[in-house]
Amino acid sequence: MAELLRQAWAVARKDLLLEFRTRTAIVSAVVFTALVLTVFNFGRDPTAVSALDLAPTILWVTFTFAAMLALNRAFQLELENQALEGLLVSPLSRTSLYWGKLLANLAFVAVVESVGLPLFVLFFNVPVGRVLLPLVAVIALATVGFVAVGTLFSALVIRTRFAELLLVVLLLPFLVRPLIGAVQVTARLFGDRPLSEAVGYLKLLAAYDIVFVSLASFLFRFTVDE
Amino acid sequence: MLLAEGLHHAFGRVVALDGVSFSLAPGQTLAIFGPNGAGKTTLLKVLAGLINPQAGSARVDGGRRAIGWIGHQSHLYGHLTVRENLLFWGSLYGLSAARRAARAAEVLARLDMSDRAGEPVWSLSRGLLQRAAIAKALLHDPAVLLLDEPFTGLDLAAAGQLRVLLGELHDGGRMMVLATHNVDEGAELATDVAFQRRGRFVHFAPRGTRSAAEIAAAYRRAMADG
Repeated sequence: MAELLRQAWAVARKDLLLEFRTRTAIVSAVVFTALVLTVFNFGRDPTAVSALDLAPTILWVTFTFAAMLALNRAFQLELENQALEGLLVSPLSRTSLYWGKLLANLAFVAVVESVGLPLFVLFFNVPVGRVLLPLVAVIALATVGFVAVGTLFSALVIRTRFAELLLVVLLLPFLVRPLIGAVQVTARLFGDRPLSEAVGYLKLLAAYDIVFVSLASFLFRFTVDE
Repeated sequence: MLLAEGLHHAFGRVVALDGVSFSLAPGQTLAIFGPNGAGKTTLLKVLAGLINPQAGSARVDGGRRAIGWIGHQSHLYGHLTVRENLLFWGSLYGLSAARRAARAAEVLARLDMSDRAGEPVWSLSRGLLQRAAIAKALLHDPAVLLLDEPFTGLDLAAAGQLRVLLGELHDGGRMMVLATHNVDEGAELATDVAFQRRGRFVHFAPRGTRSAAEIAAAYRRAMADG
């Protein structure tokens, strides 16, 4: 287990170092997040629906699509000089490779979300101060599930043509359930409703994380081996 | 010891390996010559564990840790320096931090690349990139080297340097399997010679006292015969 984690950390560290060097994907994702929030801000009729009612949906739609950008780049890094082939020849276990990519993607998406959340508050004037900690917890809970599935699918599509499009088409149906859960919990948090109302959705998010991290860890080898 | 027994593999109706068997002991270098599409790369990928053959088996004593791969792709990350690449790959092969730093310095010095260690890989010429790839392959001191068209894209000087280096590695007692379509490039290094066509070894014998020119003539005859 220690070897597995050590190798996963080596992969994640390498991915983050590469991203730090180029900053292409992170800047794109942050700009994308700001643009989506801007479009939602100016594209809605404030007299028809209140910002507070729309806010949870807007927050999660923005985070979902920003996460797609992160997931797309995860295995594209490995296409350069066919580095993926080198990883597969090496003693690196497939599970370590998956966990390393998962860790790096989680860090990447967390950065995008940590920039997106203040922008969201700024644009929609949602009072998150009182619910900040539970909100961050819900974001973390939902993000783990999104990224776990997305990392698996990004490996699956990387050798195909139109990988970026295919990833979205494959991934979105799997995100519907956690997306519903995340929106519902967030709506209750913003509406000052007791968290007990959202326990079912929280359990759903936690179960989704456990099931899909486990399943993806097992299935990953079949996506990368020839 | 490297042992391949009855290897068979097909991609759809295209047979890439058809009953390939051989064994190598330390100090032996097998040069496999064949035209494009003969199945040479598939054979190397099976030996490296990248492809599970549909029939037969391949075994390398020491498993993946014992294998070094040199192909026409470097497996290096363009935005990391040469040293950072080596340290990353060394960590995947289980070398301690001190050991991989020492080995990186050692192999770079051996390949006359110490002054390039801090340069990003994307800035290297084709010849230097290939040398960096060789450094990566030698980092963990593998007992078996798999070489897939390693001379591709190299100019005459760089190809000559590579031949000298491979000769030194051969003298060091490693097992090597070299696959190439160019007989002139690999014949001098070989202790054993195989001609591969449509997945089969149509010739497999010790090199003996045959000169490179004699092997090239035998290869042309074997390819013309059938």
